Amino acid sequence: MFPWDLLANALVAGLLLGGVYAAVSLGVSIIFGLLDIANIAQPAFLILGAYAVYVVNTGFGVDPILAGLLFTPVFYLLGAAVYRVYYGSFERRGEEALRGLVFFFGLLFIIEVSLSIKFGVDYRLVQAGYLGKSFEIGGIGIAYRLLVPCLVGLAMTLALHLFLGRSFYGRAIMAVSQDRLALRLMGADPVHIKTVAFGIGIAAASLAGALIITITPVIPSSDRDYIGRMFAITVLGGMGSIGGTLVAAIILGVVESLMSTFFGPSWSQAVSFGILLTALAVRPSGLFGR
Amino acid sequence: MRQPWRRSFITGALAGALTVVLVLTTAFVALAADPIKIGFGMALTGGLSANGKPALLAIQIWKDDINKKGGLLGRQVELVFYDDQTNPATVPGIYTKLLDVDKVDLIISGYGTNLIAPLLPIAIERKLTLMGMFGLANNEKYQYPNYFQIQPAGPDPQISTAIGFFELAAKQTPKPQTVALVGADAEYPQNALVGARDLVKKFGFKTLYDKTYPPNTVDYTPIVRAIKATNADIVFVASYPPDSVGMLRAAHEVGLQPKIFGGGMVGLMFTSVMTSMGSALNGVVNYDFWAPEPAFMAIPGIKEFLKDYQARAEKAGVDPLGYYLPPYSYALMQVLGQAVEGTKGLDQQKIADYIRATEFNTIVGKVKFGKNGEWAKGRTLMVQYQKIQGSSVDQFRGPGKKVVLWPDEFKSGSIIYPYAAALK
Repeated sequence: MFPWDLLANALVAGLLLGGVYAAVSLGVSIIFGLLDIANIAQPAFLILGAYAVYVVNTGFGVDPILAGLLFTPVFYLLGAAVYRVYYGSFERRGEEALRGLVFFFGLLFIIEVSLSIKFGVDYRLVQAGYLGKSFEIGGIGIAYRLLVPCLVGLAMTLALHLFLGRSFYGRAIMAVSQDRLALRLMGADPVHIKTVAFGIGIAAASLAGALIITITPVIPSSDRDYIGRMFAITVLGGMGSIGGTLVAAIILGVVESLMSTFFGPSWSQAVSFGILLTALAVRPSGLFGR
Repeated sequence: MRQPWRRSFITGALAGALTVVLVLTTAFVALAADPIKIGFGMALTGGLSANGKPALLAIQIWKDDINKKGGLLGRQVELVFYDDQTNPATVPGIYTKLLDVDKVDLIISGYGTNLIAPLLPIAIERKLTLMGMFGLANNEKYQYPNYFQIQPAGPDPQISTAIGFFELAAKQTPKPQTVALVGADAEYPQNALVGARDLVKKFGFKTLYDKTYPPNTVDYTPIVRAIKATNADIVFVASYPPDSVGMLRAAHEVGLQPKIFGGGMVGLMFTSVMTSMGSALNGVVNYDFWAPEPAFMAIPGIKEFLKDYQARAEKAGVDPLGYYLPPYSYALMQVLGQAVEGTKGLDQQKIADYIRATEFNTIVGKVKFGKNGEWAKGRTLMVQYQKIQGSSVDQFRGPGKKVVLWPDEFKSGSIIYPYAAALK
């Protein structure tokens, strides 16, 4: 008899994982997808956010998700500052392609090494009352450790979707991704808009870092585990599409989960990336790309 | 009448002789004052750095200790090391520099199987004595006689992680019958799983699940749920630290309660993981190499080492207790140091012959190497986490939390069986 309960559990686990993957990829979707800046240091900001949460959680017992939210303004300012340096040093001079890439590569290593020096290289985990607990609905087990980050990930996706579609700054960010000259003609400063967008992208990464450390332990080099997934989800979703990012993340999460449950986990990521390649072959602009 | 040329010849000869003596003396003094350089790469960043940095601290403590006693052969010891970034590709370059540019006298390996693998061919080519630090079955292919490995895996390293686990399982009443095997797609877990499969056959268990997963898996719930669906009596896990935590958390969330659970889960013994996981560790039967149980604390030198290590660990930002790798890293250096003193020189072959023939007294006990460079008799422990409460680090300093179940000569308590009984 087919194990329907296993299938249902695998689907739910995949959806929960997809929600987290979406949160992890939102920052890339904005910075790489909309601004066309290949910020390969994005996963380092993710882990930096995770460590910030770790400090507050272990020092003051603040819930990791709440701590992540509290840190978003700080990371927004950090992101804005990074963009200003990048703009002044590379983009303004038209040297953003290769030299900009080297800049972000260097930034990634600086963050990683700084974390190693400051915190050492032990695995860091956070504590929260709901970790290790789960509940069951109709034979489907749901762990709070995944449910809470997934819900936060979905909320982040919705908030960004609404922000980009309905607010002035959101529309300006969408506009700058399409035609910065036209935006300038409308009286808006593309550099300012891009600074705001970059800051939001980094803030999103830091909050996603709070979700990651809630799910799994991190060390300074954990960023390398996420770099592939982040960019793959962004590309599969259609560069810069927030809704597409969510759908792509859920596809990857569900496929990973189903493969792990029924065919052996070692195939899970190979099949996920196989789907990415197939989707891109059929639709090069991604699922929701224009 | 004396001839002037004769007098000047004698003067010249004397001056020449004096110069030669002076040069030789200076060279001798310089040689005597030159430190003995010991070179290595070490994982100070990257995935294995959580162990690489404590290992480095232990080596530095040994260096300080030996230098306080006057060094080796009357010469101070100097360490020359580079960060291998947990990247095997960096190893050949690091050791080429150590040997050809830094001109080190002796080398030891960095930490871990993957980092020893590219080093062993270099040692073989240059006929060097190589001390290996926690490599699993690196020398099985080469059988290089001058390689010595400090992890107490024993003559058959592939089964060393799992042998105690399955032997214990086979002794329980009622005897478990079925097994689930799971591990990461990486060198150590793969080796451990190969050994586990042999032992499953040897003890007559039936395998219901045997699968691997990618090392960067984020959520282990689907894997654990699939294992739970098999209802296996024994669940053997060969994992690295993040997966060990992920598997254990998922096991609690899904309610996986086989009769015996654990085996080869790297990382559970790290202090940061022990304090974070707390009571979730209770009942897990896992391999280990050292525990603060009476038999180990009674070994001369260990208390002094741990005191020194723990005092320096916080500043170094490494594991505050140092019960896993550091004692063995220090012991590795003790073996090398004793061999240098024993052979009264730095001849690679003589040092290797001496290490092969000698039983060494170290802070982890007596160490004697066998034919393949592994310990002549294995000493991988099976411990069970018991009665852990909360997240206090102090509870792990003393005995009773990591009870040694196997082998019998180090046994410090009895297994709580089945696994579910330890969770109550």
